[in-house]
Amino acid sequence: MQALRPGDSRERIELLSKALHKLADRPIKVMEVCGTHTVSIFRQGLRALLPENCSLVSGPGCPVCVTSQGEIDAALSLAERENTIIATYGDMLRVPGTGTTLAEERSRGADVRVVTSADQALSLALNDRTRSVVFLAVGFETTAPATASVVLDAWREGLHNFMVLGLHKSVPPALGTLASDTDMDLDAFLLPGHVSVITGLAAYRFLPERWEIACAVAGFEAEGIMTALVEVARQIRIKRPRVASLYSRAVRPEGNGAARDVMDRVFTLGDAPWRGLGVIPSSGYFLKKEFARFDAVERLGVTVKEVPPPAGCRCGDVLKGLIDPPSCDLFGRSCTPVHPVGPCMVSTEGSCAAYYRFQKRGCPAWKD
Amino acid sequence: MCLAIPHKVIALKGANRALSLAGPVEVEIRTDLVPQIEVGDMVLVHAGFAIEKLLEEETEELEKLWEEIRELAGP
Repeated sequence: MQALRPGDSRERIELLSKALHKLADRPIKVMEVCGTHTVSIFRQGLRALLPENCSLVSGPGCPVCVTSQGEIDAALSLAERENTIIATYGDMLRVPGTGTTLAEERSRGADVRVVTSADQALSLALNDRTRSVVFLAVGFETTAPATASVVLDAWREGLHNFMVLGLHKSVPPALGTLASDTDMDLDAFLLPGHVSVITGLAAYRFLPERWEIACAVAGFEAEGIMTALVEVARQIRIKRPRVASLYSRAVRPEGNGAARDVMDRVFTLGDAPWRGLGVIPSSGYFLKKEFARFDAVERLGVTVKEVPPPAGCRCGDVLKGLIDPPSCDLFGRSCTPVHPVGPCMVSTEGSCAAYYRFQKRGCPAWKD
Repeated sequence: MCLAIPHKVIALKGANRALSLAGPVEVEIRTDLVPQIEVGDMVLVHAGFAIEKLLEEETEELEKLWEEIRELAGP
């Protein structure tokens, strides 16, 4: 078996590229749905290795990007509250709401703290019982179990000053929305590596079974991504779509049961708005009623309204994979990483930010 | 947001925390989601929480795929 895989990783990648060229004997459209994949593909210059027939589009893989305008505004409304600490992951800081950002509110005196862990948000509440802490809980299945864990901690501690604005979303239903969209005409998904660590593979089976879409969970190194592309091209060629995993170092077929248990304990699924995709049934994780006192919506009367995105912003179309970022009129003009109009340009894993960073300045050619 | 980093577990701290090394950097992580965690494990850490243990070996599935890749890529 050793002889099959050359020791040199560059040689392996060249073989993978050759195999892909042979397999893609008709046009195929693959969507990757993980912000980390979007960036990895660019950073490693992988598009240069793909055959003409293989088109790779970016989907709604960035949780900050798919947070709706109304949800962003709801988070920003917390900045007006007295005696409140807003704890947030860094990506949310500069996302434009209607008229302001968390960063701007911070400069006007709002107490906005960047955290790198839900545990840190909880610590803020534990260490100062005189102030309310509201944690902006954004993220997919990779991140939701951490939020659930700290809500349980707060419940066990009998904390009264810790709340969560629950904005977590579930990836599989969004994939169903995309799969059912005949305009999209997708042949395959490159499935998110770390969401799949939590969900396992069964959550995606409906994609090949109902929609005949080839699927492969990919790791993040160049080789992992190229191998996953070969795998889906092969599935398409032999007309046997299924859910394969090329990231078995981390992804167990059954996923992480302990993580799902803690999510089931704390959250219930409900309809949620996705930027670009509309409201998707059973796609949002909401705190169960028994945890209402940790729910910013219940306790603080925060409401999520339906708000139109900024004029000219096409983040929604980018997130659906309908257009690539440079096709948006605002891209590189009024919308840049320094002055972003929409979240896709703000988040480190947003498609627009990735295109701007890597494509505008050119990506390194593999052969250099 | 899906970014997760491999850490090596160097010590357990209480029921749901551990000290781990990400390269040369020592970090405290939550271990609630990987209850069978042990010192010496490599774990994937996302937003301060270990989300899974990392296995050493590639699977048979990958090896089989490589047979085909070799064949397709040709001499």
